[in-house]
Amino acid sequence: MSITPAKRRVIPGFGLTMGFTLLYMGLVFLIPVGAFLLYTTTMSWDTFWSAVTQRQVVASYKLSFGGSLIAATINLVFGALVAWVLVRYRFPGKRLVDALVDLPFALPTAVAGIALVTLYASTGWVGQYLDVFGIRIAYTQLGVVIALTYIGLPFVVRTVQPVLEDLEAELEEASASLGADRLTTIRRVIFPALFPALLTGYALAFARALGEYGSVVFISGNLPFRTEITPLLIVAKAEQYDYHGAAAIGTVMLVAAFLMLLVINGLQWWASRRHG
Amino acid sequence: MTTSSTVIETHDTIAKRWRRATEEPAWLRIILITIALIFLGLFLVLPLTVVLYGAFEQGIGVWYGAVSDPDALSAIRLTFLIVVIVVPLNTLFGVAAAWSIAKFEFRGKSILISLIDMPFAISPVVVGLIFVILFGSQGWLGPWLSAHDMRIIFAIPGIVIVIAFGTLPFVARELIPLMQQQGKEEEEASLTLGANGWKTFWYVTLPNIKWGLIYGVILCNARAMGEFGAVAVVSGRIRGETNTMPLHIEVLYNEYMFTAAFAVSSLLTGLALVTIAIKSAVEWNEERRQRIAAA
Repeated sequence: MSITPAKRRVIPGFGLTMGFTLLYMGLVFLIPVGAFLLYTTTMSWDTFWSAVTQRQVVASYKLSFGGSLIAATINLVFGALVAWVLVRYRFPGKRLVDALVDLPFALPTAVAGIALVTLYASTGWVGQYLDVFGIRIAYTQLGVVIALTYIGLPFVVRTVQPVLEDLEAELEEASASLGADRLTTIRRVIFPALFPALLTGYALAFARALGEYGSVVFISGNLPFRTEITPLLIVAKAEQYDYHGAAAIGTVMLVAAFLMLLVINGLQWWASRRHG
Repeated sequence: MTTSSTVIETHDTIAKRWRRATEEPAWLRIILITIALIFLGLFLVLPLTVVLYGAFEQGIGVWYGAVSDPDALSAIRLTFLIVVIVVPLNTLFGVAAAWSIAKFEFRGKSILISLIDMPFAISPVVVGLIFVILFGSQGWLGPWLSAHDMRIIFAIPGIVIVIAFGTLPFVARELIPLMQQQGKEEEEASLTLGANGWKTFWYVTLPNIKWGLIYGVILCNARAMGEFGAVAVVSGRIRGETNTMPLHIEVLYNEYMFTAAFAVSSLLTGLALVTIAIKSAVEWNEERRQRIAAA
């Protein structure tokens, strides 16, 4: 203990791997993102402001942000339930169900898009029964919410599941032996332990839904002012060579994505502090 | 007699009360499981079924006709060409990033980890737009590129770079936590015993991260093949030239060729199923290893 070994790096390759990491990230996305933001700053403020506050664009923010909030909330409730059922209960086919939760993450969004519109069109497997009650999903805002729910489904489940697995049974037993009934234990012991993970999953599902394009455009029908999401308007403007308009709206979406990333990082930091 | 039966009853009621306080009643468990399964059935199983049903509804001959159509074949070829370029690059990046982050201490490490996650948070259409504005004919470098007779947007290089951007984090995200958790003692031992850096990586690190690496690569591959929004912006949808498989699916769907659209979709769906099967296999493997280690 008296001899302190000279602090020397035994493991080689720091320069090589860090160099490649930074070079690759720089070329593939840091420089392009930087250049894109620089391009936006070449626009005059008036051009930028009128592009991001057009009535059609504002209507699309409402749908994109509102739809993503609703979809993330649905995923919060059902994702927590699915995580609970998968961790705590035993039933036949559980492993298969557990594996399938990742499907929206692995299935191409265009495939999800045509599958959902086929299911929920008024002649589809699900749509025809809802049609009887006068409920229309395809080509309405409900359809947008369905697609955004689909795309965000794995996030709450996969953030809550490991925390629930690590939750020690002793905590719940202690609560029970102190006289708490089950509901009190869930409310006062389990829920607070899961809360950071629930919020993180909610934020992840929301962030993913906000930028989603492929699974939405088929089921939404893309009616101006009604079922146009913001990413769709970016594509439309880029196709019409309206680069200023597209870049201005793209910058709004990029800033929203950065903010969500900050929120998510903050939540994860909070969760890990609570956990450790 | 009476005393012992009272004692048993008391034990029973205590046990019952304990169960009531530590777990949900059976009826509630059944209801919760049922609701969860209905939700997942509606959102996961039905879309999967409708794709496979739509693909094979008119028989295997029609399915084969749709996937062997020249435009479909050219989309499949282009998609494979792109993943052959993108997946090795992103794998190399993932391994390098994980090595530098897990084996060394340096300032700004958490910022670097957040930066690696960034492409995941950016909307795919914004990714496409970024490169259209840089390299498009009306974009910043557009005039210079056309003067030198080079094309990036509405051509294969543009598709390659947006897919590389979109799938950049996948291998790194799998490997960083895995390698951080494994620490560096084994590598240090190997190096102290005289092996060089490459040998140590090849014989010590790689076997330890093998399964995580395989899952990261296969997920990166599935996402690269399925990337849609970013490619839709930069590809120009030139039939037989710049249509990847997801874009070809969109074209077929918009032309009301639903069976053909689902047939091409079924290929990507099969790939997605293989991807989640490998993920499960990796996890079960890990669980078993931990159980054995604990026993």
